[in-house]
Amino acid sequence: MWVEMPNTGSADSAGSADSAGSAARTLVVLCADWPAVATARPAEKPLVVVHANRVISLNLGARRQGIALGFTMREAQAHSPAVEVVQYDQQRDARAFELVLAAVEEFVPRVEVIEPGQCAFPTLGPSSYHGGDHALAQLVLARVQTAVLNTAGLNTAGLNTAGLQESGFAHNRGATLACVVGVGIADGPQGAQIAAKESILRSGVLGTGVLGTGVLQAMVVQPGKTAEFLSPLPIERLGVATDSTHSSKSAAEMFDVSRRLGIRTVGRFAALPIADVSARFGSLGMSAYRLATGFETTPLNLADPSVDFSVEAAIDPPAERVDQVAFVAVALADQLHAELSGQGLACSRVLVVAQTDAGDRIERLWRHEGALSAADIARRVRWQLEGWLSTGRSLGRCSGGVERLQLIPEQVIADTGMQLGFWGEIHNATERAVQALARVQALLGADAVKLPELHGARSVSEQCQLVPIDAVDLFAKGRSAANRSPANSQNSASSQNPTSSQTAAMGPWPGRLPLPSPTVVWSEPVEAELVDAFGRSLGVSGRGVMSAVPVRCRVAGGQWHQIQHWAGPWCTDQRWWDAIGHRRRARVQVLFDTAAHLLALEAGQWWLEATYD
Amino acid sequence: MRAVDSKKSPAAIAQLRTALAHTRPVVLAEQRRLPLLQAFQEVFPGGGLQRGSVVHVSGAVGATAVALAVAAGPTQTGSWAACVGVEQMGWAAAAELGVQLQRVAVIQTPSKSWATVTAALVDSFDLVLCGAQHAPSAQDARRLVARARERGSVVMFISGESLGAARHARPWPSVADVELSVVHAEWFGIGQGTGRLRQRHISLDVTGRRGLSRSQRLELWLPDISGAVAAAEHIQASTPTEPTPAELTPTELTPSSPLLDVG
Repeated sequence: MWVEMPNTGSADSAGSADSAGSAARTLVVLCADWPAVATARPAEKPLVVVHANRVISLNLGARRQGIALGFTMREAQAHSPAVEVVQYDQQRDARAFELVLAAVEEFVPRVEVIEPGQCAFPTLGPSSYHGGDHALAQLVLARVQTAVLNTAGLNTAGLNTAGLQESGFAHNRGATLACVVGVGIADGPQGAQIAAKESILRSGVLGTGVLGTGVLQAMVVQPGKTAEFLSPLPIERLGVATDSTHSSKSAAEMFDVSRRLGIRTVGRFAALPIADVSARFGSLGMSAYRLATGFETTPLNLADPSVDFSVEAAIDPPAERVDQVAFVAVALADQLHAELSGQGLACSRVLVVAQTDAGDRIERLWRHEGALSAADIARRVRWQLEGWLSTGRSLGRCSGGVERLQLIPEQVIADTGMQLGFWGEIHNATERAVQALARVQALLGADAVKLPELHGARSVSEQCQLVPIDAVDLFAKGRSAANRSPANSQNSASSQNPTSSQTAAMGPWPGRLPLPSPTVVWSEPVEAELVDAFGRSLGVSGRGVMSAVPVRCRVAGGQWHQIQHWAGPWCTDQRWWDAIGHRRRARVQVLFDTAAHLLALEAGQWWLEATYD
Repeated sequence: MRAVDSKKSPAAIAQLRTALAHTRPVVLAEQRRLPLLQAFQEVFPGGGLQRGSVVHVSGAVGATAVALAVAAGPTQTGSWAACVGVEQMGWAAAAELGVQLQRVAVIQTPSKSWATVTAALVDSFDLVLCGAQHAPSAQDARRLVARARERGSVVMFISGESLGAARHARPWPSVADVELSVVHAEWFGIGQGTGRLRQRHISLDVTGRRGLSRSQRLELWLPDISGAVAAAEHIQASTPTEPTPAELTPTELTPSSPLLDVG
């Protein structure tokens, strides 16, 4: 009854399962022609589902009329004037598929929907519970067929299948097949998808269109035998390995090229050298190649069903003052907190959305190192609105009163309570910092908080940039710094090692000033005068020589200072090929009044650029 | 249980001390400190700044560098530092002195919201560095100090003359627990058209409360020859020494080399 791959011995297969078990054993349920089935029309009456004027799905009646996939609508109607044409609607397909999913969820709690008509789940647990992959596949097949027949008026006919016979389901021989269900198990979801499809094709049900001529069987590929199973199949079956990142057109091209090169089966494709496949077909070829060689690595995406915990309140009349909104926020936060704690959950990130009657909308995501209590949430709403109303009003960014407030928990965690540090300390410094900075951002606007970042540059003003905090992943930064810190704290004498590597990482910058760097960099350079003993302004020749010895200096028209020591000049000629960006500068270090300064000469004018304070 | 004879068994005493240290129920306030760089450790009791204290760094020159050197220790050991009103800070120099820039946030605030912002920062940052651009009223400063004491973070303010608009800003109210003032600073390595700024010797007066009552003099290389912070011997005031030719590496001869064509 079961289609199995030729197997040299069960002990052997178990051994190979261990070695090639890179992807989880997966079961795929495939409902053939799901878009047509989802229309819930009788299967005998010809029907095609069209998308972009092409037939993408058709039922048994249409198949009997000689219509095939890929026909234009006109061609289909030419084959059968009576054919019903339905536009493709993914929503409808997905809605109808819920019934199948409900049936599958009797076996496992989490199912990944590959697309409406196809779903997958890992078999590890359920298969050992139900007594092996074969038994599981059999049960799933029977259950899904029952579900399909029972629902949506599809039970116009019975069906002679192995699964139904064994489940003792009533059926009529020779009646029309409502939906052909294939079940496949293999190592990895893509292999299982091919196996499920193969199980339908081998039964011959779709080909003949007559019930009872073929018997639907689940296809169970032995562990570690996926590559062997795929080997004789036509290469186009590898199309399942081309995910949404690759266009289907480039996949078709790849298969066309392979076919013209004489590589017609999956086995021949898998026999190619990996480097050649990679060179010729890129990432698309590699994912197909991994599948063909049985090293599929795609994991199943088994996310929890998303439950919407968000709460919102309309404020009527719109609230003009922060405390009015805060009052609503307290109630709303209580409601959210009650809902979450009722499920044993807590919220560690909450998105607060406020909307004014003028249509302005402000959203901010709040994060907390532990769980947000109702009071915490209410306080954050208040911070956000305070900042928004005070800065936003003055900048004309917001107007009117708040008419709608919404709290959306972005990250929900199991409520395990919050563990404080031993003596009331909270140890995660980064979390605390991020929290405080978020509050400051809410008060002053997003650009008020910046992080210094070093860059390679020649001039001292360009060596460091202040980057807005939103552009930086603080946690990644904090972590990398935390990894480095123990070495520093252990040996403070060598504590400058990380910093010297920091500066070294910036690469050589010929013409850069020698270390140390100035501790004060004037954001606006200040005009300065540098003169020799006769009061003549100094210049620097094209060969980098001062015109005379600098003797006196004054800054911003202040009093003259006698220069005690000086060094330089350091000359740079930047971007000489660029008429606009060209800058020619000479810098000197001067020391007066025990303070050292960095002066720069550009276009005959001296500037105070930085101070070594 | 027999009493331990202290004269005969120092090992037993050591053992008891360890046991006491392990079983002591609370961490005393004076033991909660932000660690400082090695060069500062001999002056500060416990090798660090007591949490909840206020540090004032002053001096005609060198105040910024001293503040950065103080901030370097905490940022290297996992604390975050927030800087308010220090828009002119040379962060490249900060990194050279040992400040971990990954844990530094710079906040630009108008004067009117200074008090609110610093209050929020003191709540969550171990170190809050206030530049001289905003000098708070006595009331705001007292409130900030009280909050810092409560939350156990260190507030450091700079009233150097070079950074920001200190010259015409009013001075900070005297609320500091620790006063660091630069009394003498001297650069070495620079000559008359030769050499370059290489290292600076700084004499620092450290006064304060809580174990710091006696005014102490700290001699530092800030920066030392490698750009870092190091303790120094006391040096008699002298003229800056010019580097001998042997010390000059080829790269340092660039000043006198012809104009460099660089990207």
